[in-house]
Amino acid sequence: MRARLEYVLRFGDSALVLAQRLCALVAHAPVMEEDVALANVSLDLFGQARLWLAYAGELEGAARDEDTLAFHRDAGAFRNVLLVERPNGDFAETTARGYFYDLWASLAFAELVRSKDERIAAVAEKSRKENAYHLRRSEDWVVRLGDGTEESHARMQRAVNELWRYTGELFLADDVDTAMASGGIGFAPAALREPWLERVKTTFGAAALELPVDPWMQRGGKQGVHTEALGYLLAEMQILPRTIAGAVW
Amino acid sequence: MTKGWPQWEVFVRSEAGLAHKHVGSLHAADARMALENARDLYTRRNEGVSIWVVNSEDVHATDPSEGEAFFEPSEDKRYRFPTSYRVPEGVEHL
Repeated sequence: MRARLEYVLRFGDSALVLAQRLCALVAHAPVMEEDVALANVSLDLFGQARLWLAYAGELEGAARDEDTLAFHRDAGAFRNVLLVERPNGDFAETTARGYFYDLWASLAFAELVRSKDERIAAVAEKSRKENAYHLRRSEDWVVRLGDGTEESHARMQRAVNELWRYTGELFLADDVDTAMASGGIGFAPAALREPWLERVKTTFGAAALELPVDPWMQRGGKQGVHTEALGYLLAEMQILPRTIAGAVW
Repeated sequence: MTKGWPQWEVFVRSEAGLAHKHVGSLHAADARMALENARDLYTRRNEGVSIWVVNSEDVHATDPSEGEAFFEPSEDKRYRFPTSYRVPEGVEHL
């Protein structure tokens, strides 16, 4: 059960942290239309996180619900991939981060809908439809900015170069991944790399972007070793329920 | 940035069989983006099954100052209104 809990937390925390990143952009997007669109994506991801974390709470069996898991864990207990905790940066960085994640998630959910764990399969099925739209948007923006003006191209190229080092972790397996894959509950992360990379190449081709040279790939998020960026994000997200005990909407 | 983007008029069909209805406008760089923005702005609460977007420049409107010539002549032509017909009892779907 411990491995399954860890596994579910990875998906739940990744959705939660990206949702929190995106909701910080509300009222700060380049145009009003984009503001609403980013908020929609953020809300979708909060909804997904809620389903994952509610299940994680049940697996843990320690009477912690999804809110407790979201608001009363420290950075070291979070299992999100490093990619999603990266700061919003400029709009190109927000776009690149979203695109890399959305594309990976679309492949991951396509695997998870066949999970032997019915709860995981059900959450993946719901998430898959939302994710398909997120990917459509983020991919469109990669192409628009990459194949846009001189400045948007330069910023987009810089953003993908900068974030590339956080994509390696998506395809790295540890004991948890291996146990879940062999039990028919999860998938082998490495199997997603080829289709992911192929699609990225196609998109970058249309966007006139160069594929970054593989740098040293950062890792550790799935095991709870995070960049300092996550601490600041959690401080902002958690301050209210941690300051006022029992605060509810 | 929005200044450089054209305006689009958005029409949403709320359910199959009904006509698309004008719901508002938005800014977008092209039709694809306009459809995506329309989806996010106007169908957040299950409002639609189909969206049309039309570049606002392609919408030609009547001039309000010509309202008299355009619309008032129909007011005194009562024979164009079906008010004199008696509906037989028992007819439901008229």
